Amino acid sequence: MSNPRNYQTQAIIVKQTKLGEFDKLLTIYTPEFGKLKAVAKGACRPSSKLGGNVSPLTHSLLFLAKGRKLDVITQSQTIDGFLELKNDLWCISYGFYILELVDLFTMENDANRSLFDLVLNTLHKLDKADNDEIVLRYFELHLLHYLGYIPELHQCVNCNSSLRPLANFFSSAQGGILCPLCGQKEPTARPLSVDALKVLRLWENCDYATARRVKLKPGLSSELQQVLQHYAKYHLQKEVKSMLWLEELKSLSLIDNNCSEN
Amino acid sequence: MSFVAEPIARLVREFSRLPGIGPKSAQRLTYHLLSNPDEEAKALAEAILALKENLNLCSVCFNITDCDPCPICRNEERDHSVICIVERPSDIIPLERTGKYTGIYHVLHGAINPAQGIGHAELKIKELLYRLQDGAVSEVILATNPNIEGETTAIYLQRLIAPLGIRVSRLARGLPFGAELEYTDDMTLSQALEGRQLFH
Repeated sequence: MSNPRNYQTQAIIVKQTKLGEFDKLLTIYTPEFGKLKAVAKGACRPSSKLGGNVSPLTHSLLFLAKGRKLDVITQSQTIDGFLELKNDLWCISYGFYILELVDLFTMENDANRSLFDLVLNTLHKLDKADNDEIVLRYFELHLLHYLGYIPELHQCVNCNSSLRPLANFFSSAQGGILCPLCGQKEPTARPLSVDALKVLRLWENCDYATARRVKLKPGLSSELQQVLQHYAKYHLQKEVKSMLWLEELKSLSLIDNNCSEN
Repeated sequence: MSFVAEPIARLVREFSRLPGIGPKSAQRLTYHLLSNPDEEAKALAEAILALKENLNLCSVCFNITDCDPCPICRNEERDHSVICIVERPSDIIPLERTGKYTGIYHVLHGAINPAQGIGHAELKIKELLYRLQDGAVSEVILATNPNIEGETTAIYLQRLIAPLGIRVSRLARGLPFGAELEYTDDMTLSQALEGRQLFH
């Protein structure tokens, strides 16, 4: 008979902070319980049996004991350490960005299996050195979808008219596309090209393999990035700090932007 | 705490702000100082004041020092062509304790942590690159912590320094003494295998 005081779960380690001399306070994302905080006792000791199994960007099997305030990790085993990802500045930085979005967008004890699978699949893609920015855009769009924030892409969110193949507008405040007429009246709306709308509509319903086949010109890639990140920031009402780090790296030309230029 | 004299309450409050000190420990420390001779309390107070008044960052390596440049940077007998990069001033102590390292240091004062907004500008990276400009340095040893932030910092610095034609090395990574293979994580074990050496 199982002991309800102890349980096991898969988890993606999202964040760690030092707790006291040798312990770590972990933020983990699990399929059954959503985001949790747990203590890894002694994890900072060189001979710790938890050690690398509970470092961020790791998919682990954790055994936990319920505590009065925080649960305690008693055993751990790495399922996937994403070793290739951790050896690549580009992939590791994108990994940080993904984990920060998960941490900021989710509440504790709010399970979302689809989101867990999305995070895990995205980390696997980065681990296979799939370093196209499409990985991030696809993740952002589907993260918003699984959390109930998917923008309306098929009709004007103001007048409900069907959208025509013209330059429309995107309004983060109104949660989707505005037709040219309504968009001009909305000061916070930003113009959205026909190509950007087509790509968003495609990505909304396709799998990643199909999404990856889209060839983006640098201008279109940048437009999609701005639209999705502005929309995410609007809902968070705060800065995503890892986004600034990615911008910093790009400005130093240490990260190659792999988007095709055709 | 109106039933406690204000000086006691004040010291308890101040001790409670220190890392790892809760209200009970703070109270115990306060009453310990109260029961001990005045000289002991004075010595502690003077030591705390001296800590903040007399210490600065070394203008060369950014270690904490009471003289500038610090004794390590001033030491002519040390190898000034090798710089060991560490995250914190306290990381220098265990490296010096080994007695194996004769080069000099550079303290970054942290590690890259994008989610906390710590990047290039928040660390002493610009100062490091300035130090490497004169061509006198032949090797840089990356001794950042073997965790995700330390690894990111090491990879980032390698990308910055390697084009300058300077040898970049990383502290060996693998199994610590006292560890057990059965409980070792994949990353550590794979690095230990990659870095294995001939056994004489």
